Amino acid sequence: MKGLAERIGLPLLGLAVALAVFEIAPRIGILPSSSFPPPSEIFAALVDLVGTTEFRAALWATTWTWAVAMTITTVLAVPLGMFIGSSTAATLASRITIDFLRPVPSVALIPLLVLMYGTQPRLAIILAVFGALWPLLFQAMYAIRDVDPVARDTATAFGLGPFARLRRVVLPSCTPFITTGMRLSASVALILIVTGEYIVGVDGLGKEVFIAQSGGAYADMYAYIVTAGILGVLINVAMGGAERRLLFWHASQRTRGLVTEAAL
Amino acid sequence: MAVLELDSIAKSYGDGPDAVAAIHDVSVAAQEGELLCIVGPSGCGKTTLLRCVAGLLAPTSGQVRMGDEVVTRTPRSMALVFQDYSRSLLPWLDLRHNVTLPLQSRGVGRKERDRMADAALESVGLDGHGHKYPWQLSGGMQQRTAIARALAYEPEILLMDEPFASVDAQTRAELEDLLLDVWSRRALTVLLVTHDIDEAVYLADRVVVLSKSPTRVKESLTVELPRPRDQIRTKELPEFAHMRAQIFASIKEESAHAVS
Amino acid sequence: MRFFTRTRTGRVVLQLALPVFLLWLWWVTSENSTSYAYPPLSDVLEQLREDWMFDQVPTDLVPSLARFSAGYAIAVVAGIAGGLVLGLMPRVQRAAQPVTEFLRAIPPPLLLPFVIVTLGIGNGAKVAVIALGSVWVILLNAVDGVRSVDPVLLDTAASFQLSRRRTIWRVVLPAASPQIAVGMRTGLAVGLIMMIISEMQGSTNGLGYQVLAAQRSFDTASMFAGIIVIGLVGLLVNLGFVLAEKRIMRWYRGARGLLDENEAARPTARRRAAERRTANAAATRDTPSRVAPVHSHLRPTRIRHQEA
Repeated sequence: MKGLAERIGLPLLGLAVALAVFEIAPRIGILPSSSFPPPSEIFAALVDLVGTTEFRAALWATTWTWAVAMTITTVLAVPLGMFIGSSTAATLASRITIDFLRPVPSVALIPLLVLMYGTQPRLAIILAVFGALWPLLFQAMYAIRDVDPVARDTATAFGLGPFARLRRVVLPSCTPFITTGMRLSASVALILIVTGEYIVGVDGLGKEVFIAQSGGAYADMYAYIVTAGILGVLINVAMGGAERRLLFWHASQRTRGLVTEAAL
Repeated sequence: MAVLELDSIAKSYGDGPDAVAAIHDVSVAAQEGELLCIVGPSGCGKTTLLRCVAGLLAPTSGQVRMGDEVVTRTPRSMALVFQDYSRSLLPWLDLRHNVTLPLQSRGVGRKERDRMADAALESVGLDGHGHKYPWQLSGGMQQRTAIARALAYEPEILLMDEPFASVDAQTRAELEDLLLDVWSRRALTVLLVTHDIDEAVYLADRVVVLSKSPTRVKESLTVELPRPRDQIRTKELPEFAHMRAQIFASIKEESAHAVS
Repeated sequence: MRFFTRTRTGRVVLQLALPVFLLWLWWVTSENSTSYAYPPLSDVLEQLREDWMFDQVPTDLVPSLARFSAGYAIAVVAGIAGGLVLGLMPRVQRAAQPVTEFLRAIPPPLLLPFVIVTLGIGNGAKVAVIALGSVWVILLNAVDGVRSVDPVLLDTAASFQLSRRRTIWRVVLPAASPQIAVGMRTGLAVGLIMMIISEMQGSTNGLGYQVLAAQRSFDTASMFAGIIVIGLVGLLVNLGFVLAEKRIMRWYRGARGLLDENEAARPTARRRAAERRTANAAATRDTPSRVAPVHSHLRPTRIRHQEA
């Protein structure tokens, strides 16, 4: 009983305190009310916005762009990663290129992409793919290396051809890595898409943030920021849910003892 | 003169009707300089008991006393050697720093600490290895490091929780002899928990047998075997076999009751 | 194919093949390009030399790196400190959870408008942007690391009566450091992103500013040069981090059995220095040194046989 009360009560308490602080501080002048609108105002602005077409269009644009970027990323990264990981030669050949390209902050490409695509969604998509490629690529590489050779040999011994082996042994074994990779890539992709929208003006939530900011409508600005955050959470939850369903047989094995994954 | 007293220790988990009594009533007195072994059937809460003695766990009732003082946290003159040696040694420190870590809070100067550490490592046969890291060593050497760490601390009482359970038989025999050697050369009182009856009889002045859960002291047997003990000669003695059988039967009785 | 993977020269050739080919491809396809968006590589390299060796280093590179370092350092300190507080006080952590989860969910670049609106666009604001962006991932990983410290280690510290301060400093922090390092690495990447985009909005200097300015004035060679420089900065910063981590975290890989043979056999720098000192001391005295430094592992110990 006490445990449950604590588990729910404490977060609620914390939330209440935080909201109260930010509600009161601008009203009594500790924080400037223009740049720190109280949460109630932000919430009101959000409620107002939700009904508008701009909001819905922006939300849809961001989500759509994200989905396209994720699809392209997955289609590129998974086969490529599995190929590179499966062959020593390929790993060696690609090592330098990957090591050079990976640390490049993809936002550095923004000016180049602006030249090529202006404010088209393509800009955001390419930006996102360039950044989100890596987590998934690496996970796919680890995945293929991790396939149990005993399982693979058993399948061969039972007469399964290469495609059947792929379907029944290799892919299921790779799935946990790939889903982890997709979860990581998903959040990176969203971040980059929103960045492209904000900096360049591609249609979407980020652009609306910029518009609101420039127009001094700070409550609206925060409302859009919050929306982007909520979208991120929803995507994360959705991917986590899909992951659990796909991996109901595997959940215990997913996090190994090694510290490899950052809590993003 | 009893240097460590366990007075009606009881430990239970949970409240109300669901409470699980791990330890019901254990009273033991360890005399100064005694090597006392505690054995019991599996699951009788030996480790829980030791943690209460060390002050790491508060008993539900009863007291652990060292002299006049009640133990609420690990006393200054008590050192612990855990079963899980590989997890109790700090992997980012080499052996020497592992051994000196407990000494740092005592205001001992650096040179003196190093000297004490080297002496301790030498007494467990690890001299010259001070610069190595625990993960570079075998299990036996790691446990010896843990013992060295406890020794450098210069305690009056040494608590050991199944210290030799995780090493192979040969290493175990060497570590047992090491313990006897170290114990005989210092003024140490040792309280050692083990599930290995042979070990208990071989090492101890007195063996305390615990009952099954809810645990109490079943019996306390004095080991009359001559010292110094020897792995071959002592274990050949008929008294050894007799003692061993007696304890084994006692524990078996407890386990049988547990099943039925 | 065997030649490439098995022999030393083969491996080197294989590793260089793709990068060289890509560079060659870039050179050749851009050579006669008339499109302003795709200047000849030779022009880009020329511009790179002109701009960045070393004219724009003090005016743009240094301020960028200075702001980045400051912001990242603040994020690391705040993240680790916060991680300690929240990790060691689970109740506080639970109470703070809604806030931390909410702030973590916000895409870091969207913290930029927040900072611009509240702090403006000066240097301090830029540092704040970088710090705010990086701190969350470091904080969360630090909390994870602190909470997952092996309880046996904590018991050991308690059994030796280590003070709370000492326990935190000498047991909790080192034990949490692998996870903290993971957070710091991701935080590094986020910090670089924040640095660049903070310079693309309301800035007058910096790497990000330079690249954008070049693009706006259609000086695409300069723009590409700038992008290359940013890439190099990202590369070097990452490399520096990895090298530092390799040294500092050597114990972690050793404890996990991940050191390869060569690395495991090589003594640490400290040990090498100690060996040199004892060897020197022994050489100047005639008595043999008590500890034979290099071959001590071969000396028979008191208890022989199985200790491998």
